[in-house]
Amino acid sequence: MAFVTANWNPLGENFYRKIELYEMGWNLKDGLRDCLIAAAPYGGPIALLREPQRRSPSARPQLEIYSASGGTLASFPWKSGVVRQLGWTVCDDLLCIQEDGTVLVYDLFGSFKRHFSMGNEVGQSQVVEAKVFHSPYGTGVAIVTGASRFTLATNIDDLKLRRLPEVPGLQGVPSCWAVLMQDRQSKLLVASGADLFILDYGTCTAVNPPGLSPQATSIIHMCVSFSYKYLALFTDSGHVWMGSTNLREKLSEVETKVRNPPKQMAWCRRPKSQQPSVVIMWDRYLLVVGVCKDTIPYHLEDDSVLIPELDSVRIINATNHELLQEVPAACEEIFKIASMAPGALLLEAHKEYEKESQKADEYLREIKEQNLLGEAVRQCVEAAGNEHEAETQKTLLRAASFGKCFLSNFPPEPFVSMCRDLRVLNAVRDYTVGIPLTHTQFKQMTVQVLTDRLVYRKLYPLAIEICRYLKTPEYQGVSRVLKHWACCKVQQKEEADEVIARTISLKLGDAAGISYSEIANKAYECGRTELAIKLLEFEPRSGEQVPLLLRMKRSQLALSKAIESGDTDLVYTVVTYLKNEMNRGDFFMTLRNQPVALSLYRQFCKHQEQDTLKDLFNQDDDHQELGNFYVKASYKEKRLEARMSLLQSAVDEYNKAKNEFAAKATEEEMRLLRFQRKLEEDKGECIQGFSLHDTLSTLLSLGLHKHAEQLYKDFRVPDKRYWWLKLTALADKADWEELEKFAKSKKSPIGYMPFVEECVKRSNKFEAKKYVSKVTPEQKVKAHLAVGDLEGAADAAIERRNEGEISTILSRCSPTTDRLLVERLNRAKTTATKK
Amino acid sequence: MASHLSYGRVNLNILREAARKELREFLDKCAGSKAIVWDEYLTGPFGLIAQYSLLKEHEVEKMFTLKAGRVPTADVKNIIFFVRPKLELMDIIAENVMSEDKLQPQREFHILFVPRRSLLCEQRLKEQGVLNSFTNIDEYILDLIPYDGDLLSMESESAFRECYLENDQTSLYHTAKGLMTLQALYGTIPQIFGKGECARHVANMMLRMKREFAGSQNQILPVFDTLLLLDRNVDLLTPLATQLTYEGLIDEIYGITNGYVKLPPEKFAQKKPGEGGKDLPTEPKKLQLNSAEELYAEIRDKNFNAVGAALSKKAKIISAAFEERHNAKTVGEIKQFVSQLPHMQAARTSLANHTSIAELIKDITTSEVFFDNLTVEQEFMTGVDTDKVNTYIEDCIAQKDPLIKILRLVCMQSVCNNGLKQKVLDFYKREILQTYGYEHILTLNNLEKIGLLKPQTSTRNNYPTIRKTLKLWMEDANEQNPNDISYVYSGYAPLSVRLTQVLTRPGWRSIEEVLKMLPGPHFEERQQLPPGLHKKRQQGENRTTLVFFLGGVTYAEIAALRFLSQMEDGGTEYIIAATKLINGTSWIKSLMDRPEVQTP
Repeated sequence: MAFVTANWNPLGENFYRKIELYEMGWNLKDGLRDCLIAAAPYGGPIALLREPQRRSPSARPQLEIYSASGGTLASFPWKSGVVRQLGWTVCDDLLCIQEDGTVLVYDLFGSFKRHFSMGNEVGQSQVVEAKVFHSPYGTGVAIVTGASRFTLATNIDDLKLRRLPEVPGLQGVPSCWAVLMQDRQSKLLVASGADLFILDYGTCTAVNPPGLSPQATSIIHMCVSFSYKYLALFTDSGHVWMGSTNLREKLSEVETKVRNPPKQMAWCRRPKSQQPSVVIMWDRYLLVVGVCKDTIPYHLEDDSVLIPELDSVRIINATNHELLQEVPAACEEIFKIASMAPGALLLEAHKEYEKESQKADEYLREIKEQNLLGEAVRQCVEAAGNEHEAETQKTLLRAASFGKCFLSNFPPEPFVSMCRDLRVLNAVRDYTVGIPLTHTQFKQMTVQVLTDRLVYRKLYPLAIEICRYLKTPEYQGVSRVLKHWACCKVQQKEEADEVIARTISLKLGDAAGISYSEIANKAYECGRTELAIKLLEFEPRSGEQVPLLLRMKRSQLALSKAIESGDTDLVYTVVTYLKNEMNRGDFFMTLRNQPVALSLYRQFCKHQEQDTLKDLFNQDDDHQELGNFYVKASYKEKRLEARMSLLQSAVDEYNKAKNEFAAKATEEEMRLLRFQRKLEEDKGECIQGFSLHDTLSTLLSLGLHKHAEQLYKDFRVPDKRYWWLKLTALADKADWEELEKFAKSKKSPIGYMPFVEECVKRSNKFEAKKYVSKVTPEQKVKAHLAVGDLEGAADAAIERRNEGEISTILSRCSPTTDRLLVERLNRAKTTATKK
Repeated sequence: MASHLSYGRVNLNILREAARKELREFLDKCAGSKAIVWDEYLTGPFGLIAQYSLLKEHEVEKMFTLKAGRVPTADVKNIIFFVRPKLELMDIIAENVMSEDKLQPQREFHILFVPRRSLLCEQRLKEQGVLNSFTNIDEYILDLIPYDGDLLSMESESAFRECYLENDQTSLYHTAKGLMTLQALYGTIPQIFGKGECARHVANMMLRMKREFAGSQNQILPVFDTLLLLDRNVDLLTPLATQLTYEGLIDEIYGITNGYVKLPPEKFAQKKPGEGGKDLPTEPKKLQLNSAEELYAEIRDKNFNAVGAALSKKAKIISAAFEERHNAKTVGEIKQFVSQLPHMQAARTSLANHTSIAELIKDITTSEVFFDNLTVEQEFMTGVDTDKVNTYIEDCIAQKDPLIKILRLVCMQSVCNNGLKQKVLDFYKREILQTYGYEHILTLNNLEKIGLLKPQTSTRNNYPTIRKTLKLWMEDANEQNPNDISYVYSGYAPLSVRLTQVLTRPGWRSIEEVLKMLPGPHFEERQQLPPGLHKKRQQGENRTTLVFFLGGVTYAEIAALRFLSQMEDGGTEYIIAATKLINGTSWIKSLMDRPEVQTP
């Protein structure tokens, strides 16, 4: 505890510290000399390729993959082409970028996954330099060829190669370059001598860093911060220029007095950094250059590599792994020598308390008097999060917990969650796991991603423990880990299908949200169809089972699963598949056993394949539907003969279906069509397709009464309707004479009220009056009113002594003109009421 | 903008916002300027989610209607097709894509399937060789569209036909999915009741889907206590009857589509002094109808006979409010008055509009035709002479009244008589075929398949029993101050709503016998809630029930349910959802088959 500040170095008004993370577990004979090395950020794995230039087949270079603590994950001889650059993707896959532009992708354990090319034009000119970068869009790759052309891919999982424009005057390799992220776009910053250019998809723009020292004739190194916000340039005059990436602002410029080109350079800053700096490394010499212009020199024992992180820089050499960072504010407040910050006092108070000394009370009082106890607890909690030694963490947390006792209403969450976070962090920092995350990085990367990383490393038990401990919702946490475990399990060829299926189902049980189909898919990919089918049985989502079952050619099973899911689109998909795969007979047979599928297929045929529809009905002996089918078809035919023959087929089918009514109706239709044709031939009137009603109307309006009469008899049109029809037709034609004749021809089956109304409708009250006398007594009043005869209506109503009718008439009378009538009606009304 | 959605018991605006967010996200996926090519059917429903302004904010510069040929020229980077997953539409899209001018700068194509992407359609695009031309193929899950504060619709026109006639349960799948989305936003619904085959199917799918999503279930306190799924074919009678509420009549007469109604313009002509009547508008007047309009919310569910009184009362209040200005003396008072002016003016316009609409409707409801028709309907519903040929129907056919009117009446008679005597049925059918044309044999066949028309079988007519047990006919329906749901049809209480009412109190156990007479199973399911989410009901707090009509709901039924929600001792508030808002006419129309007659 006393030595917490032993590794602190002042930079400006703050401090930097270098903490040892691990003694490396690897055993490298020649250190890091002549190695291509790539270490993933967020404490990720390290890949190492010895002597990458060696091409002799007898002595191939060795590719080795280690955890950040130097534990071996994989090691194998490199058999492909010459590798220019190694890099890690965001999902811990290793990218090996070869001279010829091919990029090979390996997983963490050195199994080959896939490859892609950075473009054909790379071929002869070869990749000279390459960079792997990360952005919110995924992992990207940028290369420069011998012909000084740059190619960029922002996301290798959705590969879109962008060839960037030429840089004017650039010959061979640029002195240095870097990838930027601006306006949600990846761009390149390229230095050619003293000139700087920004390359994006369409343009190459020359830029000038503001206030760059004039002594410089060439920019020989550059680096961009983790967040892509800051840029540092190193010039041949030994100056470091620091500023914003958009080159609008200069932060500082420092002379290092070293003119050799540095081996590596990296920003070292943290979110809300007070003293950001750039770390520059030469052989055996490391310089931390603060924006404040202060510097810290370090001597290096060995060849080293810098790994920039979100909030620090890690330094790896053959034996050690260190973390260089600005001392976080809370730690500084507490541990700075002679600090009187509340956190420092609380820590002191707690120390005295453990010693059972009364001084504890004095310290505590001092903090409380300033009303800073809450602040003190917060500082201790925060500082604990930033310390790597478990002992220091504990001391700080105990102090915080002690301080909390004297506070009421202090929210417990920060303390509790910090304790949890630290427990997880300490577990993954353990050298056997080797993921040296800082608390800031952990918060940035989230538990989900950490679980993923553990899963990639096949550390399933630890991942599950962490998920359970942090109470991650099951489907995001435990279930996901189990799924990965199961996917890994199905690849173990030595075990029998039965055993594996059982083990998996036992372990997964019905853990929420497990996708058995994904596991089954994996099994199928590994050539284990039987296992896949067994696993699919456990899948609750039948929809998910279908595509895989189809791929495995279990189409019948797929069909029933699709139906089970209720998703009709899925059913259609399987049906279409079956249709192409089976012969027609079998296909129809299959459908017959699955009514849901059958009706869907009928729907499909109705819109797409009329003929198949007919075949389907035929197969099922569905004569009713066949009849309907022919009727429908008949309307699409223009020629009468064709139409007739289709209707005849319909009649036959309806008869077979024992639908006498439909058969008769269709026969009638044919009769009507024949009649219409004959009429057309005889009279030249085209009425084909008219309904019987319309045909009759037309005939009557044409004065073809005989024809009409004949139809009326032939089609056994009910009298009532015929009378209505004739009445309307004659009234329409205003053939009042004929109408009168018709009315007198015999007793009207519809009464005479319609006659009155039809005449009135055509504003012929004169004609209407002729029929008023004939209407039934009930309709008399109405009839009189219709022709506007109030007196007549009144007579009728009074005679009938109907109060309601009298009132109706009264409402139609005007009090001035019909005064007498009104009186009479009123009198009648009173008598009617009395009665 | 859609504040009327958030007034109700359940804030349906959450659903709308979720839908809008998804739309924005999709539009942003296609960077740069864009043109949307619409499947015309979708524009109406989409209007309820997002206006053009939202699209415009996301660089939508042009809109076209999907049709064969080539997409009109537009200087945009992206062409987005908004379509239903229909094979016919895929062929048009393929044609569009292939006739794209190769010389012009490349436009990127995208497809947004509504409400769900379909493998079958993608397969079709693949066969046509254009699948790879699309940068994005996505789905926009728009199952339940918030229509009003208490109303959701899937706007799926053919749902009833597909489910009950063609045995195609696609829309039921979408229903189940939509209910899952709803539960994701408003919490798991603990109780599910249902009646009918389709209801059973939907409930089964929901329970299955819940199992599938096990573990990912949300931790939201349930907003709905109960879900009631009702098959439309449990109650075939209600939609056939003429609705007598204000909104119901607007829909019956003019048809409300996607919340808008088009009215004859004459009554709405702004008569400015001096101009005379020289140019009367010829474009139909388009009005939006929802609860955002205070007056409309007040009167829409009233029986039309009570609307006049409500309007004149409102008129008095408004003119009194305008009179207030004379009393305003101080500057403060005047300021106060002026600040209320916009609101008052809106109220006055609204009053004028509804007075005009009411006049239009009154012209029709006071006509003899309307009266006669209603009389026959009510005779059928009360069981008078339902077993013989009805003279009024006969006369209407003889006069060739609109076919749909005839079909509504005949079907109603058949339903109220539990089928017609073969002789009567054949008589009607023959009359219809001879009068309207033999092609309607297909439509009649459809109606028979669904059971709207059927021959009487040996079993006795159980409609009277149902009517009596469920009190479907109330002699003394009070239209002005209703005390029972029967006011919406001036006497007839819609069966579907009665079932809902009984379920709430005293429970379906009391009517087991009747339930057995209605088609399809009835059932109850419970969904386990995660611990800690059990609602602690406050004293006097109402329960919330979601009633889902599979196959459509009428405005009168909605009015009846709203009436139940407002009953003081009801204890339950209802939110209504349906595959589609229907009325007898639109419903029968959807069941008709009209082969396109080829004239020689």
